[in-house]
Amino acid sequence: MPHLHDNKIEKLEEKANMIRESIIEMLVEAGSGHTAGPLGMADVFAAFYFHILKHDPKNSSWPERDRLVMSNGHICPVLYATMAHAGYFPLDELKTLRKFGSRLQGHPHREYMPWLENSSGPLGLGLAQAVGMALGLRVDGKESSGQYVYAFLSDGEQECGLTWEAAMLAGKNKLHNLIALIDRNNIQIDGFTEDVMPLEPLADKWRAFNWHVLEIDGHDFEEIVSAVEEAKAIFEKPTVIILHNIPGKGVSFAEKHFEWHGKPPNKEEGKIALDELRTLGGKIISEHQ
Amino acid sequence: MINESQKLNPKLFDTDVEKVPIRNGFGEGLLQAGVEDERVVGLCADLTESTKMLAFAEKFPKRYIEIGVAEQNLAATASGVAAVGKIPFLSSYAVFSPGRNWEQIRTTICYNNRNVKIVGSHAGVSVGPDGGSHQALEDIAIMRALPRMRVVVPADSIEARKVTLAAAKNDGPIYIRLAREKTPVVTTVDSPFEFGKANLLWNSEKPQVGIIACGPLVYNSLVAAKSLEAEGIQVLVLNLHTIKPLDIDAVVAVAKKAGRVVTCEEHQVVGGMGSAVAEVFAQNYPVPMEFIGVKDQFGQSGKPEELIEHYGMGVKSIMEAVKRVVSR
Repeated sequence: MPHLHDNKIEKLEEKANMIRESIIEMLVEAGSGHTAGPLGMADVFAAFYFHILKHDPKNSSWPERDRLVMSNGHICPVLYATMAHAGYFPLDELKTLRKFGSRLQGHPHREYMPWLENSSGPLGLGLAQAVGMALGLRVDGKESSGQYVYAFLSDGEQECGLTWEAAMLAGKNKLHNLIALIDRNNIQIDGFTEDVMPLEPLADKWRAFNWHVLEIDGHDFEEIVSAVEEAKAIFEKPTVIILHNIPGKGVSFAEKHFEWHGKPPNKEEGKIALDELRTLGGKIISEHQ
Repeated sequence: MINESQKLNPKLFDTDVEKVPIRNGFGEGLLQAGVEDERVVGLCADLTESTKMLAFAEKFPKRYIEIGVAEQNLAATASGVAAVGKIPFLSSYAVFSPGRNWEQIRTTICYNNRNVKIVGSHAGVSVGPDGGSHQALEDIAIMRALPRMRVVVPADSIEARKVTLAAAKNDGPIYIRLAREKTPVVTTVDSPFEFGKANLLWNSEKPQVGIIACGPLVYNSLVAAKSLEAEGIQVLVLNLHTIKPLDIDAVVAVAKKAGRVVTCEEHQVVGGMGSAVAEVFAQNYPVPMEFIGVKDQFGQSGKPEELIEHYGMGVKSIMEAVKRVVSR
């Protein structure tokens, strides 16, 4: 993974913006789905699929690939949009999200999309599967082969007991080939996480489970890439990267509002959102205007 | 009479018939599967000795993963292990796995279509003194309801060994149900066993009733068949070890030949093997049925044999059910 140069950062920003536009278009067309989480994770997904991750869209079962386990399946619009932009399937297909007969299920299903590492949706299941993959690679003596297992978790699912069962197992086994990332956007369906079920001090909890903990701005590409590099340099422990994210990032009316956790924009809101994204918040003139 | 082609234990009806815990066969089978295929991995939730995974764990320490008391993690971690090409066997008590971790099995194993073998030991009231909290009586029902899951209930330790070896070679999710107590050995190493094919163990010229059994109650059913024959009532006994996929041809053949059926299982009648058989009959060849099993209640502490009697699963109860269904 090369270091980031300014022009690479610009390219990643462009990708993230295209992913956000696709997310809005998909959700308007679908008429249901989650908005805030996907927008908030667009930068991280762009950084992974266009810089960090060892993967090959044309050979998705490549045995030496990194494994990306998405635990919080409800933010799949960002996964689908990113994978389509990366070349896993045609961009046109994004508008079939949540429709009958579509491969783009409301929550991801690997039976229809074999390039996904796991089906997901029910919360709290991802970290344990990622731990299993990291342990399975260790059985073959591959834990230091440069092949990594990434677990993408939400903050809401830090409330699930299984997340901590898996954290304990990873800590016990010092799984340094496992890197977890938490989308710490502070919202869940019923409100702000600290009102629904306080998670803080979150970093201390992970440290207590024998993990190396990093906290970064999840919208800063340099920080994202540096954090993953640091995680790979830690051989004594698994690493968790707490991503301080803005839910709804990039679309001003959706930013930081938990009401946008589980609903899509309507057509009018979609147009406003797309105008905002295409003009980078009014900084440039869009050809669509 | 005994179906000779099944090559059953010649001392089957002796008072000193050899008794071995069914779970022992799993332990031997897993060890053998581990020798034959290095992809076999064991995972256990702090019950290595009693679920008989210990021998595997000691022989293949790098291929054994201790999970601790965390059955949800047991299932979901095993899914991840399978995702990188391994053949994980996970074991615990059936009350906890597949009891506690049903949703993890549904989503991470079945929905994901992972090659994971779930071994639930200590099933049934014959767990004995541990009491009702530890007596899994619902596991067949909750496992057979899951798409892709296959369900096997071996009748004795020798069959459990064969089931375990077959499971290692059969891709996809499989649930294997085991019992704790020493159980009379019904079969021999030479007995035919094929995954998904039921075995007719007791045959008659003019049977009035077909007994379809699984697990430790296969022995009770055979003892009942012998006593009934002495009373002039001819029956068939089918060992339905594989409950899913169910051997439709074999159970319908029993119904056609005998005209009446009694099912015997150490499980709730609701949703269990008998229910699965009744679904087949209702659609193919309806016949009068009686169900031997636990009647919508929990177990309690006691000696295994007295619990089997109390909950109506002993030889006498099976004979009474046969006579009841004959009189209908």
